[in-house]
Amino acid sequence: MAILPSISVSLDLDPQRHTAVLLRTPTISTPFGLHRISVKPQKIFGFKMDSREIEQTRMRLSTNFNSSTLTTKASREPSGLTQELDSKLQAVPESESGCDLFKDMKHRFLSFKKNKYMEHIEHYEKLAQSQAPKFMVIACADSRVCPSAILGFQPGEAFTVRNVANLVPPFESGPSETNAALEFAVNSLEVENVLVIGHSCCGGIRALMSMEEEGDSSSFIRNWVVVGKNAKASTKAVASNLSFDQQCKHCEKESINRSLLNLLTYPWIEERVRKGILSIHGGYYDFVDCTFEKWTLDYEESNLKEANGGISVKDQLFWC
Amino acid sequence: MAGVSVSEVAIQGLKKLLSEKEDLDDVAAGAKIEKLTLELQGQKSHSSDPAVQAITDGFTDFKINHFEKYPDFYNELAEGQSPKFLVFACSDSRVSPTFILNFKPGEAFMVRNIANLVPPFNQIRYSGVGAAIEYAVSVLGVENILVIGHSRCGGIKRLMELPGDGSVHFDFVDDWVQIGLPAKSKVVAQGVPADQQLEALEKEAVNLSLVNLQTYPYVKEKISEKKLALRGGYYNFVNGSFELWELKTCISPPIIIE
Repeated sequence: MAILPSISVSLDLDPQRHTAVLLRTPTISTPFGLHRISVKPQKIFGFKMDSREIEQTRMRLSTNFNSSTLTTKASREPSGLTQELDSKLQAVPESESGCDLFKDMKHRFLSFKKNKYMEHIEHYEKLAQSQAPKFMVIACADSRVCPSAILGFQPGEAFTVRNVANLVPPFESGPSETNAALEFAVNSLEVENVLVIGHSCCGGIRALMSMEEEGDSSSFIRNWVVVGKNAKASTKAVASNLSFDQQCKHCEKESINRSLLNLLTYPWIEERVRKGILSIHGGYYDFVDCTFEKWTLDYEESNLKEANGGISVKDQLFWC
Repeated sequence: MAGVSVSEVAIQGLKKLLSEKEDLDDVAAGAKIEKLTLELQGQKSHSSDPAVQAITDGFTDFKINHFEKYPDFYNELAEGQSPKFLVFACSDSRVSPTFILNFKPGEAFMVRNIANLVPPFNQIRYSGVGAAIEYAVSVLGVENILVIGHSRCGGIKRLMELPGDGSVHFDFVDDWVQIGLPAKSKVVAQGVPADQQLEALEKEAVNLSLVNLQTYPYVKEKISEKKLALRGGYYNFVNGSFELWELKTCISPPIIIE
């Protein structure tokens, strides 16, 4: 007899735990009859999901969406529970228990709420209607290289895709999450700039450089970073006499340029670049000595070099 | 022109000096010269492009107010990262988790894509997402995966508007947001009123992503070892609220029939 998983949802609310810490809470009507009253009545939502439960004689595996957690709500009055936080550096709590984690998230959100959202409420209200970012950014998922942190992008400024090793697959490779985001950003949002940001000590590039030609194809990492294989090949061609670390660094930059060329394989991108309404830039963040390089693809010159896969750049900047 | 050839000679001389003094080969010496040139240019450059000037200012601010203020912290980070979170968030310019949840460098390995979707395990079709999950869970050993949805999501709106006849308006966007179809069916089947459907789908898609995460073998393994928690979040920038919840799986006691 097959054991079938069922998805059932229970609203497991503990009023004791929550009324003490919440300022304003939405009204929730639940099968258990628990209510939390809000000064500003909110939309009533319920996790009323499809609960097709198949009763088994031996075992029932159920997946619960445990919503016994926090909902923080806007308060326009100063709150005694909101703590002043030093936004620069805050020690991450040692304990990883769910309760502490939620408390930490709550404090962080409320701090953002108080110091940024409420301070610029008109701007946020306008943003809520629509976004019109000038940049599309493709960056690595690495925890150390968030573009908001290092380049100071504010809400509304940069439509951002983050993947392993900030790779842009070419048009021919078919649909992926990266080119779905490109399509939306370029064709719907009509961004004016696409910026691909690579970085030092990239684990994904290192994996690409370490990859054996005939290797384990069951690895996702391998299946993805192979997008950068041309960058690896050209790195090996010019830098094979350097140390492995130096080769990786070379490949980190080479792969950015390859991604810029891959961007041009998308007809709707190339058209806009040709017309001069879209610029494509590469960037490299070195977090060892905190420097940033930026360069712009020179479309006309690059076309002349197309035969040997070269790329021409202009407007190079180096910040240190 | 005499001027050009003199500088060319100078550059060759510099290259030779670097090779000898710093034991750099031709390629590395060339790179070093380029870096020095850019450094000199950068110091006096002021971009006429306001977009570029904005990121110049942004980086300068980061360097002065963060990197140089906490050198020990950043030096340690340069050696390696050990984030506790893998975060999936939407690419929407208004919802950077770093901004709204104040993630510091080193805290969150972050994937951003349209509508913060996690597809089910599929090595051929979705290797990008899979690579991020594999790297974060198996290599970095994150303890939490947090999927954050948000209000007024364009990707979710597109999912809702997808025509049932299979016709495609966007080649890549439509292919991607289809991942969320089971969530859409659920919302429609529940009879959620039309004006609440988008918000319901934004949240339901987060739940779907959490369920899909469990189809990845290394995720399943870590959950069973109680080393990994799956959490959902929803940022509503219309009313300024944030919700956070957890996906838990349990096995209920057996019903014994005799």
